[in-house]
Amino acid sequence: MKLVIALVLLVLGSLLFHWWSPWWFTPLASNWGTVDTTVDITLYITGFVFVAVNLFLAWSIYRYRHKPGQKADYEPENRSLETWLTAITAVGVIAMLAPGLVVWADFIKVPEDAEEIEVLGEQWRWSYRLPGEDGTLGKVDARFISQANPFGLDPNDPAAADDLLIRDDDLHLPAGRPVKVLLRSRDVLHNFAVPQFRVKMDMIPGTVSYVWFTPTREGRFDIMCMELCGIAHYAMRGAVVVEDADTHRDWLAQQSSWSDVQGIPAGDLAAGETAYAPCSACHGDRGQGNPAMNGPALAGLPGWYIQRQLEHYRQGVRGAHQEDTLGQQMAPMAGVLAGPQAVRDVSAWLASLPVPEPETTVEGNPQRGAAHYNTCGACHGVRAQGNAALQAPRLADQHDWYLRRQLANFRNGIRGYHEDDRHGKQMILMARALQREQSIDDLLAYLNTL
Amino acid sequence: MSVFRTLGEKPWLTPSGHDAVLTPVDPAAASRTALRFIMAIVGVLFFLFIITFLSRSQYPDFQALAGQPWQPFTDASRLWVNTGLLALASVALQLGLLGARRDRLNLAVAGISAGVFFSIAFLVAQMELWRYLQSLGYYMTGNPANSYFYLLTAVHGLHVMGGLIVLANVVFRVWYDDSVATLSQPLGLCTQYWHFLFAVWLVLFALLTSRAETINTLAALCGF
Amino acid sequence: MQHTAIADQPAELHDPHSFVTRYIWSQDHKVIAIQYGITAIFVGLVALVLSGLMRLQLGFPDTFDFIDPSAYLQFVTMHGMIMVIYLLTALLLGGFGNYLIPLMIGARDMVFPYLNMLSFWTYLLSVIVLLASFFVPGGPTGAGWTLYPPQAILQGTPGYDWGIILMLISLAIFIVAFTMGGLNYVTTILQARTRGMTLMRMPLTIWGIFTATVLGLLAFPALLVSAIMMLLDKVIGTSFFMPALVSLGESMDYTGGSPILFQHLFWFFGHPEVYIVALPAFGMVSDVIATHARKNIFGYRMMVWAIVAIGGLSFFVWAHHMYVSGMHPAFGFFFATTTLIIAVPTAIKVYNWVLTLWRGNIHLTVPMLFAIGFIFTFTHGGLTGLFLGNVTIDLPLSDTYFVVAHFHMVMGVSPIMVLFAAIYHWFPLISGRKLHEGLGKAHFWFTFLGTYAVYLPMHYLGFLGVPRRYFAMGGSDFIPASAETLNANITIAALIVGLSQLIFLYNVVRTLRRGEPAGHNPWGATSLEWQTPDVPPKHGNWGPELPSVHRWAYDFSVPGAEKDFIPQNQPEKAGGTGT
Repeated sequence: MKLVIALVLLVLGSLLFHWWSPWWFTPLASNWGTVDTTVDITLYITGFVFVAVNLFLAWSIYRYRHKPGQKADYEPENRSLETWLTAITAVGVIAMLAPGLVVWADFIKVPEDAEEIEVLGEQWRWSYRLPGEDGTLGKVDARFISQANPFGLDPNDPAAADDLLIRDDDLHLPAGRPVKVLLRSRDVLHNFAVPQFRVKMDMIPGTVSYVWFTPTREGRFDIMCMELCGIAHYAMRGAVVVEDADTHRDWLAQQSSWSDVQGIPAGDLAAGETAYAPCSACHGDRGQGNPAMNGPALAGLPGWYIQRQLEHYRQGVRGAHQEDTLGQQMAPMAGVLAGPQAVRDVSAWLASLPVPEPETTVEGNPQRGAAHYNTCGACHGVRAQGNAALQAPRLADQHDWYLRRQLANFRNGIRGYHEDDRHGKQMILMARALQREQSIDDLLAYLNTL
Repeated sequence: MSVFRTLGEKPWLTPSGHDAVLTPVDPAAASRTALRFIMAIVGVLFFLFIITFLSRSQYPDFQALAGQPWQPFTDASRLWVNTGLLALASVALQLGLLGARRDRLNLAVAGISAGVFFSIAFLVAQMELWRYLQSLGYYMTGNPANSYFYLLTAVHGLHVMGGLIVLANVVFRVWYDDSVATLSQPLGLCTQYWHFLFAVWLVLFALLTSRAETINTLAALCGF
Repeated sequence: MQHTAIADQPAELHDPHSFVTRYIWSQDHKVIAIQYGITAIFVGLVALVLSGLMRLQLGFPDTFDFIDPSAYLQFVTMHGMIMVIYLLTALLLGGFGNYLIPLMIGARDMVFPYLNMLSFWTYLLSVIVLLASFFVPGGPTGAGWTLYPPQAILQGTPGYDWGIILMLISLAIFIVAFTMGGLNYVTTILQARTRGMTLMRMPLTIWGIFTATVLGLLAFPALLVSAIMMLLDKVIGTSFFMPALVSLGESMDYTGGSPILFQHLFWFFGHPEVYIVALPAFGMVSDVIATHARKNIFGYRMMVWAIVAIGGLSFFVWAHHMYVSGMHPAFGFFFATTTLIIAVPTAIKVYNWVLTLWRGNIHLTVPMLFAIGFIFTFTHGGLTGLFLGNVTIDLPLSDTYFVVAHFHMVMGVSPIMVLFAAIYHWFPLISGRKLHEGLGKAHFWFTFLGTYAVYLPMHYLGFLGVPRRYFAMGGSDFIPASAETLNANITIAALIVGLSQLIFLYNVVRTLRRGEPAGHNPWGATSLEWQTPDVPPKHGNWGPELPSVHRWAYDFSVPGAEKDFIPQNQPEKAGGTGT
């Protein structure tokens, strides 16, 4: 009896859960309403079968439970009943399958007026490439990929020069225009998925896959990587920003093409040394850092990292949080530098300095720290030497008190919260893996041994 | 089809005299069934390898091992020699089987010995072939065609070795029990396995020495 | 060659004399079955603990320092691989297959007992190699149980070095073990059935195990092929699956390989694998239901045909795991169609189980409770499969928690329900003692209600679009805070289910020490395994003479018969003749 009641309650409970659940498809933002319709059809059919089969089951158990003197029927088979059930099932299956196949046929046939853009996946970030003025995406090949050419554009292909390269989290698209998204990966499998668009497709190194859709609703929609791609898989986030045509045109105008990127001059060391003078009070004359002034070591950090942080300070991406008092001190100091070229000069000069050896201040267990560092090492390098391809700075030979404070800042969302701080956002997710002070001490103790 | 008739039986009806339909089976039949399954499994294994080979062959970095004058298997004479060795092993075992069935001990012993000898010779010759390929600079990682060549020959060789172990076991048991009469049945199965491996080898041989165009045609037929 | 399996006078049957030959190097199928069972349940418990750790992280992110992203992925991977291969496959076929085949078809043992023994020890070796990967530098692989290259063998994935190598080697060893065992099962079923045991008189358990074993024998080679080729890619540097790529800023030497090729191979094995687990479960649950409802299984022939049809079709549906893998999209039409066709025989099986209960005489014993629990969970899991099998619906749902919930329902909870039903049902035969009824019922209610509380809500996280295999959700615009609360509740339910398995373990230990003796055929079953002269059956199973079979395995409640069951070996004149 308990079982009968339980079965009935489970069926009713499932239905109530379904109706009351606040967790359901996010509101649609693309043309793929037909996908939702297909889901609904299947949901109704399967829901009916679920209720019917289980209520019949419950009734049978109730009606035919063992009572003294009861005897079961003897009926090896009942062909007509079985045939009927088979036929009805087949009809139900066809009713579910047919719309699915029709929608799929739409899904794989890209409309001719769709604009082609490219999404590039790599561990663990998204980048985008737009065709530029000539309307054609340039050729690419894995062997051309380098620090200066992250997309692997073919230098001999004239169509490549004006391709707009967007090394940023956000892809902007105009509403109402179909796009064919070519999907490419540099390293492992990824999956381009935007829940609101109902599209999803793996990205495979060595081949190009695609999806197409027409964004119909303005807004910002998360791109999630949905194919396991390694340790920081869950931190591989991007966004599609759908906007009206004018806003989109403005945004396009701000993007730089490949030839623009190649034209940026390198930093000048001598000019950098001069421009550094005001910084030395807190960061030391040779960039070795100064604990008394809370200034971290800068020497030996990679140029691209210093440059990015200076730009973030100048743009209010870092040092703008109200709880980030030290960052707030730094932000105006970064503004003292004359302009982008000065930033490049200082960064280049600092990167050229010998690596300092700061004093250690933490006590911890380096062995346990090494275990914690396993995850960090995926980006920051096995010896904490940093990795330019992942834009992960060197951690070795940094002041441990500084690293501790930054970890806390990330964990508490004081650093990396800004929409434009793509790596900071990832660090928030990663830094949360370590919560206890002891674990952080162990980690820092390990870093001090490197 | 007896399968369908069997599946169509209504077992709850018990016709009289039905009870004796199945007497306990001849034990030889069990081994025969097992061997059929083994051949099916090994067949599937090689089939899958070959399918991946054809699929992989359609990527641009694949270079067939035959077709052009500088490629090693354009002249496949070495492979023909090896094929001959394996064929001889098969034939010798068949003769040994003949001997065992007719109770001619000498022929049985000679056949089995020759079979083992030619099988081992085949394995050695295959190793020699690897050495030859390496001396030409065709290393395993150089090209997927090379990788497949080493891989498929190695897997085939391992199956020959497995056969040799079973054959040794059979011979040892017969010798130990001192009864030639029980030899012919297991030897028959071994012989069948050898013929099967020879057939597999012929397929591999044909595939690995195919020219690029042939491979492409095959791949196209498979839809790659 | 062993002839003992089918001899009436087992002159050659060597009775084991010492402890070692009786319990360790035993060639008795029953001992081997128990060895398989204990090993599989042991690794299963390891995997259960791993799932608890995963759930802790998902339910309460930002709490546990010892679960970092690497460890989380390693737990996910090892949990999946152990549960699918080393627990379910091994326990259903190596454990129950070994125990039941000879007994149910009236043989004395497997036809190749030595090979059978070898199969277990090889399996044990594969388990040891697998577990060894927890102790190598870098730990076990964290590539997900699908082990997709290039990721599985590249930096940036936990255990990309030793972990993955040990995993692939362990799989290869397992396949060897399975092949040795599987050859035995199919050959024994085909060639060692006793007098009168025609194919269509076999219990559905045997049909399920037989078909599953044939699937396994033909599907595992695909896994072997992919494991060998990936191992070569990793160790030697070939490019079977590895395209030209730049890993974490470093250009690798690979050229031109195809990651999709691996996926095809993997799922060519992986989908039949679902049925390798499901078919024996289907078979066993049919027998449990028929016995405890005192009624013949409804539509026996249809059930057999469905098992065979599902087995055959299962080789033509593999790419429904790959709708969004970037393979040629036109494949979607074919595989969606075949996949939904397979729903028809599966649905028929569900109808027939329910129709067996209909007009039955239902004894709600513990095995029956689990069997009915199975019907419920399997119906649920099967129906959600219709979502994922339909290529269009797979677009929004694949790689989300919907998939996780679906396959746990259909491949986790359902087979586990059957396994418990089977353990409660056959324990009196295996040990001679009956498991405690009250404890068994408590175990059932916790397991049944608990797992539903875990997996029903999980589907809805999937509808929402929450991706699977995420260490933490972090902030995302479309995931409301309530989803985090839901996740915490799921974790609590999962931990309760996990802990409630202790009731079962306690029940087993208690019963073995002082359980009530079950006596002969306590459930009044018809099939041969309950008709042995001794309980538990002795070495050789049948005493001096093999049983003769005179009827099918489902003569329950035959009109005119004096009892409500007629054992298969009872001659005609003693009982009713059927219809």
